[in-house]
Formats: sequence, structure tokens, C-alpha cells
Amino acid sequence: MLKITITIFLSLSAFAIRAQDASALIQKVKAKIESVRDYQAEGVMKTNVPFLKVPQSDVTIYFRYPDKLKIKNDKGISLVPKGAVSISLGNLMNNKQFTAIPSGEDKINGLGVTVIKLLPKDENGEIVLSTLYVDEARLLILKARTTTRDNGTYELEMIYGRFAAYALPDKAIFTFNTKEYKLPKGVTFDYDDGTTKKKDVNPATANKGKLEITYTNYIINKGLKDSVFL
Amino acid sequence: MLALLQIELFKIFRRPRTYISFAAIAAMVLIVQVALKADGVSYLEFLMGGMKDSIEIPYKLVLNGYLVCFIILNLLLIHVPLLVALVAGDSIAGEANMGTLRLLLTRPVSRTRFMLIKFTACVIYTVMLLIWMALLSLVLSIWLFGTNDMIITRNDVVEQIQRSDILWRYIAAFAYAAVALTTVAALAFLLSIFAENSIGPIVSTISIVIVFTILSEMQIPIYDQTIKPFLFTSHMLAWKGFFYSKSNGEGEAIAGSIENLPAIMKSMSVLLTYIFLFVGSAVVIFNRKDILT
Repeated sequence: MLKITITIFLSLSAFAIRAQDASALIQKVKAKIESVRDYQAEGVMKTNVPFLKVPQSDVTIYFRYPDKLKIKNDKGISLVPKGAVSISLGNLMNNKQFTAIPSGEDKINGLGVTVIKLLPKDENGEIVLSTLYVDEARLLILKARTTTRDNGTYELEMIYGRFAAYALPDKAIFTFNTKEYKLPKGVTFDYDDGTTKKKDVNPATANKGKLEITYTNYIINKGLKDSVFL
Repeated sequence: MLALLQIELFKIFRRPRTYISFAAIAAMVLIVQVALKADGVSYLEFLMGGMKDSIEIPYKLVLNGYLVCFIILNLLLIHVPLLVALVAGDSIAGEANMGTLRLLLTRPVSRTRFMLIKFTACVIYTVMLLIWMALLSLVLSIWLFGTNDMIITRNDVVEQIQRSDILWRYIAAFAYAAVALTTVAALAFLLSIFAENSIGPIVSTISIVIVFTILSEMQIPIYDQTIKPFLFTSHMLAWKGFFYSKSNGEGEAIAGSIENLPAIMKSMSVLLTYIFLFVGSAVVIFNRKDILT
């Protein structure tokens, strides 16, 4: 009986220590992310959504901590997925009320990462669960998967380079859920050229959209006008 | 030949009814523009409602002159052929009705040449109507709504065309529309030789266009494979094909590309065949016809 009690006690202690480690790691990562109060970045945006056919576009991304993000295309229109605000890690970690749960280790592109799950304390919030894949050595989040109450699961993957010191990626890939799009032909009066279109029947990709931004330059902590977020 | 053509054009443009078509197009275009200026966002919300759950749509930017022109052309799809029929259907039947047809044929001009001049005059009228429509729907819309990238909604896909990639597509689309409307003019012209007043050929042309358009737009497999490929109204919509871009493997639109140019060319050849058949038949039948009025 004593042995069992000691085993349980030790296990719980070990878990508590690991949970404290996870919280400490998250705090360090958060501090690094918070060092960027705002930025203006130039980039190239590629959108891959099953029902969209849009060209690649040059965009300017404006961010102000914690959760203001605007993607603008000065030369045209950018169709941005809803929930793209998750592209800013600051927003993901903005909620102070979460519990960090260590969830082992994994590999991303051959690099060992620590997996941490963030459970919001607010049970009625939109975010149900976030899973972060953290490069402990560089204090960088390489991947984040967020499950929401109403909008499915978002995934954010980041590749770092020149701006890793600020936890800002050179490339961000945002994967999100889409709903099926269909309009009656009597409304669109489409031209039927006689060809039959191939439909993606793979459930893993059929209703998934992808937004890819390759950042070419950042201007960090120089202040931004409120008007850019309108 | 040129002198005869000038006379025919003078006759067409001297009649007040000719200008009804120009006034009708101006009215229809302005009505649509005013409505879209007042509440175009609601219309776009209806069109793009299917994707608003997934994508942030900047409606105010989407509602620009290029899109407004596209919407107008879409809405006028059925109406403009009717206006073309007003003049082409009157071409021979009108002369018969006024009793001037026999008189005209007493001149030293062959019946074939007479018919070709009449048809050329109808084509010029059709092209002028189209230019008028282009001026109002494109130029005026650009002036009223400005320019930006164009986003068009198809049955199962939404396409974005960059601003710099649009104008040549409109030029190609209007050129194609000229051929499409000439087909209707040719049909009305053919029917015009069988009647002695213009109401019959005009109403018959309008009825044929309406019935064929309904058949073209119905998505019923039995019609898709049997009747639809042979209806000229199915091919009249090919002007839209100039606004459909090719995409690369990652769903990205390729600027300056056309999704299915061979299909558009095929549709155009079908329309040209119809024009040749209608006008050819009209000439052959007219050459053999007893002209009694």
C-alpha cells in the first residue's frame, strides 16, 4: 500500500514538475514573441482553396500586439481566409488563462521539438485546444494546431530564417477548413465548355484551404497608425 | 456596293424604332448601375454567400467597374438578341410590308448582292449596338465604380483576375459577342424573307432565342448530350470563357491564360457555321422566291 502511494505521489510530482517546465518554456517563448510590439512586413501570398482560383499577390502585412493583423494588397484584392489572424503567434498566446500540458516530443523537418498543449481555462471560448511544437533551443514555435469550437482546426507552420531572433518567420503556411461552394447555374449562367471537372474526393484535402506567405522584409517596432487596421 | 450599303444604313438609322434599342440598352445599363451603386454589396453577399464562412471578402473593393460590367453583360444576355431581332427581322419583311421590295429589285443589282448588302447593314447595326453597350457598361462603370481586380463567381469556383489582365479579355469578349449577336441577326434575317410584315420574324426570333436559352441553361442529362451542343444559344455564352483562367497545380490562377481556348474556338466555329447557314439559306431561298409585293 505504501509502495503504491509513493509511486502515485512520485508520478504526480514528476508530472507537476514537467507541467511547470512546460509553463516556464511557454513563458519564455511568449516573452520572445512579445518583444515585437508591431511590425510591417512585405510578402508574397499564395492561396490554395478548392473553390478559389486566385493569382499570387504581393501583400503588406501589418501587426500590432497582441491581436491586430491586417493583410493588404495595394495593387489589388486579397481574399484572406477567416481566422488568418492566427498567423500571429501573439494572438495564439494572448490568452493568459490557459494551462500548459507537456505532451512529449516530436520531430518537424528532422528537428526535435517539444510538444505542449494549451488548454484554455474559459470553457466557453472559441478556442478549444492549441497544440504547440516548440524548438526549445531557439525558443521558437515551429507549428501550432488550434481546434476551435465552430470553425474546425487551423494549422500554422513556420519556417524561420533572418528574423528568428524576433520569432518572426520567413515563411508561414496556414491551413484551414473550408465549406463547399456551389451556386445554381441559373444564377451564374456559366459557359459549359463540355469538359467534366475533376473533383477532389480525398477527405483529407477536399475541404482544406492553404494560405502561404513568404516574407521578404520586416520593419519591426517602428509604430503603426491605427488607420492601417481599418 | 458601298453606295447601296450607305442607303441601307440610312434607312435603318432614319427609323425612330432603331433608336429604341439604343435607348433600351442605356436604360437597362443605367438601372443596373444605379442599383449596384446604391446597394451592390447586398447583391455580392448573395452571389458570394457560399464562401463568406471561409473567406474575408472585401465587398467594397470587389464591387468595381470591371465586375459591374460583367454583371450587366450577364443580365443582358437574353435582352440584347431581342433588340438585334428588331432590325434584322424587319430587314426584308419591312420592305415587303411597305411594298418597296419589288421596286428595289428592279434595280440592276443581283438578288444575292442585295441580300448580302441588307445583311451587312444588319451586322453594322449589331456592332454599333454592341459598341454602345460596351461604352455604357464598361467605360461608364469604370468611371462610376473605379477599377480593381475582378472577382467572378462561377457555378463551383470563384475566379480572381488581376486588374492588368482584364481589359484584353473584355475586348475579346465583346468581339465574340459581336459574332454571337450576328448569329441572332442572321436568324431574324432568314425568317424575315418568309413574312410580309416584320412582327412575325421578330417574334419568331425572340421565341426561338428564349426557348433555346432555357434549354441551354437546364441541367438535364438527356438535353446535355443530345440537344445542347447543337443549340447556338449554348455557344453564345462562350464570351465568358475569356474570363476563365487556367490554374497551376496549386490552384493558382495563371495571368494572361484562358482555361479552354479550343472550346471557345469550337463554339465560335459553330456560330459562324450557323451564320453561314442562315444567310446562305436566306440568299438561296430569296433568289428562288416570287416577289409579289
